[in-house]
Amino acid sequence: MSHPVVPIKVYVAVFLALITLTVTTVGVSKLELGEFNFVAAMTIAVVKAMLVVLFFMHVKQASTMTKLFVVAGFFWMAILFVFTLSDYFSRGWLPGGKWW
Amino acid sequence: MAESDVALQRPSELRHHFDDVVQQREASTLGMWAFLATEVLFFGGMFCAYTIYRSAYHGAFESTSQFMNVTIGGINTGVLICSSLTMALAVRAAQLGQKKPLIWLLILTLVLGGVFLGLKGVEYHEKYVEHHVPGPGFRYAEAQYAHQAELLFFLYFAMTGLHALHMIVGAGLITTLIVMAARNRFSAGWYTPVDMIGLYWHFVDIVWIFLFPLLYLIGHTK
Repeated sequence: MSHPVVPIKVYVAVFLALITLTVTTVGVSKLELGEFNFVAAMTIAVVKAMLVVLFFMHVKQASTMTKLFVVAGFFWMAILFVFTLSDYFSRGWLPGGKWW
Repeated sequence: MAESDVALQRPSELRHHFDDVVQQREASTLGMWAFLATEVLFFGGMFCAYTIYRSAYHGAFESTSQFMNVTIGGINTGVLICSSLTMALAVRAAQLGQKKPLIWLLILTLVLGGVFLGLKGVEYHEKYVEHHVPGPGFRYAEAQYAHQAELLFFLYFAMTGLHALHMIVGAGLITTLIVMAARNRFSAGWYTPVDMIGLYWHFVDIVWIFLFPLLYLIGHTK
């Protein structure tokens, strides 16, 4: 079966990592780091999300086809962000244009 | 003759249109992830709108972020992570065909989901008392930011509200699972609904993992 039973200690380890990262992200947000506050918070969020996807959602042991679907979902969201933001943030770059 | 022999060997949980149990499970998992991909894009649109307005109305954003209740937000993050653990353990219990642990872990997940929604209610009430709910009753101390702040509070309610709606749907689904488990509908050979609703529940947790820093933590320090 492509679905072996994962030992409880793996789930507990992931859980403890998630709690530790949550405490870390709250702690880091209290520091004055300027733009780095955003970078740090997002990096921690991405790491947490990956832990949940890989271990709680069993994508680590999933088939290649399932992994492709997972990556495709997030890739399409990246397209959404890149195209929308490049539109908004590049307005006014051309002569005669106005900031929206 | 040979065909009916093969048919007799098929496990009872295997539907006739699948070759084997592995293929059957693979089909459910793949279908669920296709649905979750649409959910990623659904929430992605809101996150994108939030990113645009946050950078366009930077001053107003810093001003509104002081009204976010980091304590409740932080506790709720912990509650959701706990509920994700109990859900993961519930799926494990289902895999092993352990009925009692499955039911209790699902009940625990449901209770934790309820705690999250209860705290969310406290937070919404706080916003209502402070007149920070967008609409005719909206009041904002810093007059120069009033309109932009209303828009940002709208995004706060839209994003957390949509997330809470997913939690309510998830709570309903988990209740269904508890009833099904109590009626012996699951076995070590077939527990697909537990597995799929588990994926859904973890996805909702991931949405909150991003909502918490974006809404509550960023811009918290000025």
